[in-house]
Amino acid sequence: MTLGVLPYVLALVLTFIGLYVVVAKKNIIKIILGVIMLEHAVNLFLLLLGYRSGGTAPIRSPGDTVSAEAFAAGSVDPLPQALILTSIVIGLGCLALMVSLALRLHEKFGTFDMTRIRELRG
Amino acid sequence: MNDWLPLFVIIPLGVGFIAPLGSLRGPRAGGNRIPALALLTGLLLLGGSLAWLGREAAVYWIGGWPSRGSPTVGLSLVCDGLSQMLLVTINAIAFISLLYSWSYVRRYSGQPLYYSLFMIMLAGMNAVVLSGDVFNVFVFMEVAVIASYALVAFGTERPELEAAFKYVVLGSVSSLFVLLGIGLLYNLTGQLNMALIAEHLTGLPPTPAVWLAAGCFIMGFGLKAAMVPFHAWLPDAHPSAPAPISAMLSGVLIKAVGVYVVCRLMFSVFGMASPTGAAYANVLIVLGALSMLIGVLLAVGQWDFKRLLAYHSISQMGYVVLAVGVGAAVLAAEGSPSVAALAIFGGLFHMVNHAAFKSLLFLCSGSAEYTCGTRDLHELGGLKGVMPMTSGCCRVAALSIAGVPPFNGFWSKLIIVVALALAGYWGLAALAAVVSFMTLLSFIKVQRYVLEGDIPPRLSTVGEVPVPMRVAMAGLAIACLLLGVLVPLHKGVLIEPATTALTEGQTYAVRFRPAEPVDEVYVTVVETAGRVEP
Amino acid sequence: MPPGMSPIVRTVARLVTGFITMYGIYVVLYGHVSPGGGFAGGAILAAGFILLLLAFGKVRTEQIVSHRMAIAWDSGGALAFLAVAALGYVAGSFFLNFLALGEPYRLVSAGTLPLSNASIGAKVGAGLFGVFLALSVFRPAGDREDET
Repeated sequence: MTLGVLPYVLALVLTFIGLYVVVAKKNIIKIILGVIMLEHAVNLFLLLLGYRSGGTAPIRSPGDTVSAEAFAAGSVDPLPQALILTSIVIGLGCLALMVSLALRLHEKFGTFDMTRIRELRG
Repeated sequence: MNDWLPLFVIIPLGVGFIAPLGSLRGPRAGGNRIPALALLTGLLLLGGSLAWLGREAAVYWIGGWPSRGSPTVGLSLVCDGLSQMLLVTINAIAFISLLYSWSYVRRYSGQPLYYSLFMIMLAGMNAVVLSGDVFNVFVFMEVAVIASYALVAFGTERPELEAAFKYVVLGSVSSLFVLLGIGLLYNLTGQLNMALIAEHLTGLPPTPAVWLAAGCFIMGFGLKAAMVPFHAWLPDAHPSAPAPISAMLSGVLIKAVGVYVVCRLMFSVFGMASPTGAAYANVLIVLGALSMLIGVLLAVGQWDFKRLLAYHSISQMGYVVLAVGVGAAVLAAEGSPSVAALAIFGGLFHMVNHAAFKSLLFLCSGSAEYTCGTRDLHELGGLKGVMPMTSGCCRVAALSIAGVPPFNGFWSKLIIVVALALAGYWGLAALAAVVSFMTLLSFIKVQRYVLEGDIPPRLSTVGEVPVPMRVAMAGLAIACLLLGVLVPLHKGVLIEPATTALTEGQTYAVRFRPAEPVDEVYVTVVETAGRVEP
Repeated sequence: MPPGMSPIVRTVARLVTGFITMYGIYVVLYGHVSPGGGFAGGAILAAGFILLLLAFGKVRTEQIVSHRMAIAWDSGGALAFLAVAALGYVAGSFFLNFLALGEPYRLVSAGTLPLSNASIGAKVGAGLFGVFLALSVFRPAGDREDET
């Protein structure tokens, strides 16, 4: 059974949910969760780019009898997976920074509500 | 000689990893060893980038992969004219900021961590301008930008944390759009190397996927370059950072990870010959004009010194983007190549000049804050009597940004206005002149309130700033003057190779592509990559 | 109320942390043979340390894995990675895999890959644990009255 464009639609829906949460929510923690969701959506999209129908995982084990050319033509594309790994690590760094900023903000302002943390304006 | 290209990235990265060891003795550890190491690194990088200036374009393959039979597996570092110009700018402003930080950062706790983040930001920026691979640009852009998020929040006071949080969220969203664009480009062409992407894109018809990728890149890198619909983070983030970091952010970060990548993608990857390129040029013209106007209109009413400077950053970046966009539009419409080259020359020259005078302005505002404890224009006054060096440098920088001869701002703005007029955009040329006049008004206000007038009684005992800060500001002031006066001498080696690198956009693909493939397995992988059958 | 969690959690943590650490080191070391490698193994190592921190509280964990050790291993791992990459210059070009490649699927093979994996594993483990340690000093504003 082929899924057609359904996984791509899922990635699109996740992107828009993530964007909506970042734009419309007022709680800092929810905004952070929205950014994480957006990141998951983009990672899912990158994953889907490499797929080849009927493809195998790009891992060889000892005792594999498939030739190199057949393996390369039959496995899914491993390059987007490397891109995704890098993106996950970058996202982790960003998340750690955002969470520590949120904690510090709560310490200084006493609230997680974004509408009450508005000292800079103009 | 090309072997030394990775050193621009490894050396600051290594120093950035050594620096946290200085905080092992506790968060309040002082000491001069880490700042001295950082300063030495900055000097070394500046010397290296100046030594590289004027060489012909070089490409360096990391790990030597293409010569071992696998053509597109390797990452490349490319140093053409545009990269050389930006390398010199980045490392010069970094050295000056490090010199200034020697005294300024002593007031913060966690000094080794400051230098660690600074060095990592510098390594990231150097790698972005040297990278020949689009995903490498993304990774090192993220490295530099995450370090800058942490540096904006360094003082951990209330406004700084708020500004840093907004900056982090907006920056993350824009980076994710960039990643989306990179994914789309990979799917279309099967390559990540910018030269090979350019080669493949010239053969493709302009499908909606190409437009979407171009749009994602504008959204992502436009936010990093603070172009107008995406500028909202800059007026909060740049004033909240410590003064040398504001100088680095406004002076080089928005150029290295913003304007440089936009130019590189537009001219060398998408190319002016395709319809995407022509549309890209028009988008840049519109965004540049909007940034110019809105930046200066919002700046005129500001009373916080650094916030005013931040809005002017948006406006001046609008100048650069507008000039480059006009050059691209002329090239796309196959008009006169000399007019296009003039417009791009003006834009790139203005980019270098802006790095010089905007950094100097932020350093002067930092000096005023260091001695007087305030950034509010109402509370400052009469500093020319008590802080002669700072006020002299501030005057030089204000005259430069306002476009007064013989300082550097005048020449680059003149070239931009003339080029706009020659290209037929008379309205935009008039707009550029009007915005320049309003910039002058804004800085007359700054000079009146900060330098002239009577000293408020609260500030009557302030003195001049410490020597390293004075030397740093004086160095940038001399640079402002020399960049303006010595244009005929330096343009041939600094700006013109960069202009040529952009106007000959598609030759990037020809010069920097790897050799033909030799190994059969990799040929199969390359040919079947990027094609999805769900 | 003593720091940390209930005796059940503490007993299980005592039994399990060694295995978690060993599993993390296994994933790091076999990164060039099976999926995993530096980042994944480092995350598992950090999870083991964080389990210690959650179960026993900050004071006892600092005696086992202190903040200074986290900083030292973090910087050390990163510098080791840079050193391995820079040593490639000796053999021709930056980041070149200059050690002998060996036969595939063995533990000692693939040149400098296990060395890079090990340094990244150390850095990520120490770094993630350091992040958690730094975040654990925060107390919500207004919680001060509740301490007994």
